[in-house]
Amino acid sequence: MERKYRVVHYLNQFFGRIGGEDKAGTGPLGREGAVGPGLLFQEFFGHDAEVVGTVICGDNYFNEHPQEAKDKLLEFIKGYGPDILLAGPAFNAGRYGIACGAICSHVSDQLGITSVTGMFSENAGVELYRKSAYIIETKASLTGMKDASGKMVTLAMKLARGERLISPEEEGYIPKGVRMNYSADKKGAARAVDMLLKKLKGEPFTTEYCMPVFDRVEVLPPIDNLSEITLALITSGGIVPRGNPDHIEASSAKRYGKYDIQGVDQLRPDEYETAHGGYDPTYANEDPHRVLPLDVIREMEQEGVIDRLYPYYYATVGNGTSVANAKEFAQKIVKDLIRDGVQAVIISST
Amino acid sequence: MAKEIERAGILTVHICTIVPISKTVGANRIIPASAIPYPLGDPSKSREEERALRRKMVEKAFNAIKTKIDGQKVF
Repeated sequence: MERKYRVVHYLNQFFGRIGGEDKAGTGPLGREGAVGPGLLFQEFFGHDAEVVGTVICGDNYFNEHPQEAKDKLLEFIKGYGPDILLAGPAFNAGRYGIACGAICSHVSDQLGITSVTGMFSENAGVELYRKSAYIIETKASLTGMKDASGKMVTLAMKLARGERLISPEEEGYIPKGVRMNYSADKKGAARAVDMLLKKLKGEPFTTEYCMPVFDRVEVLPPIDNLSEITLALITSGGIVPRGNPDHIEASSAKRYGKYDIQGVDQLRPDEYETAHGGYDPTYANEDPHRVLPLDVIREMEQEGVIDRLYPYYYATVGNGTSVANAKEFAQKIVKDLIRDGVQAVIISST
Repeated sequence: MAKEIERAGILTVHICTIVPISKTVGANRIIPASAIPYPLGDPSKSREEERALRRKMVEKAFNAIKTKIDGQKVF
């Protein structure tokens, strides 16, 4: 009989049953056996493998101390003597996705074992780690848990057994950019002509070699005479007037707010709060300047460091917000800014 | 957002905690912040110290506006 593979599972504080955002600062820890989603993994593994341990780390801890987190987690993981590491799935949770990607690529690199995670295509962890980790593509939310778990387990077992993978599309993972040799039915020339004919007819076709897309924005020249500029403030940290008058969503924001700050020198906690649902709001609600630095910018405006602070600030919630929405907000905001002669912007993000 | 605003021709500085995200998304001038729930503060310090820390970060951002860069830069 084939031996049972040993699996370790990485979770954040939420899925690891430690707590919510108030526990996001929790440092790495280990638990015997399966926890939370690990139980589902165990079902999929059946008798082929056993989830022997679970390692957990708070999302904020991991992202604020990535090196310490990776080192400590690696020690815990090593202790279980695993063949496979599974992480997440993180769906569209950015901090969690980054942690999952980082620990998978670190563990594969250091221990040479199989590691697989799962994320939604827009998760920030995808761009950072898709080349170094196997990432099963998941739905944006928890509703995709079962499907993601099944695919993660199947891929992990294939990798652990050294079986040949078919293609990223077939296996359900996000392409790592690795080219694999295979025998095709037709010669390259015939395939190219087929593709060309489809293109001419306007039919769908799949390229065999994707060109990378670089979306970089050219660097703008510096501004020397700060004392003559109008500066605008934007935040994705959700600082809004109390009561959130524009009803900006706590996650997956579909809107932004524009708030008049003429004559406002202080963001008083009884007048402003955060609408962001992705971090512990305690500190921002105690003092909104911890997210939007209006107090010191006003001070510097009065000192003449800049000529003028733009009379409005803009806020949205950057929490699972789609790239398309963020882009649209910025394109609308920038119209105001150009019309009103703003020369520089500071964006603060949590 | 930082990228789209800069694309439209307005210089943008991004103050953020998770620098790798900002780099991946494509902000050009990046200032690392304190922590996720309080990027421009530190509740373990006194209010005066916190304000001084915040001022320092904003000064860094202003300095970034004045600095010529050749590509993405973390200040």
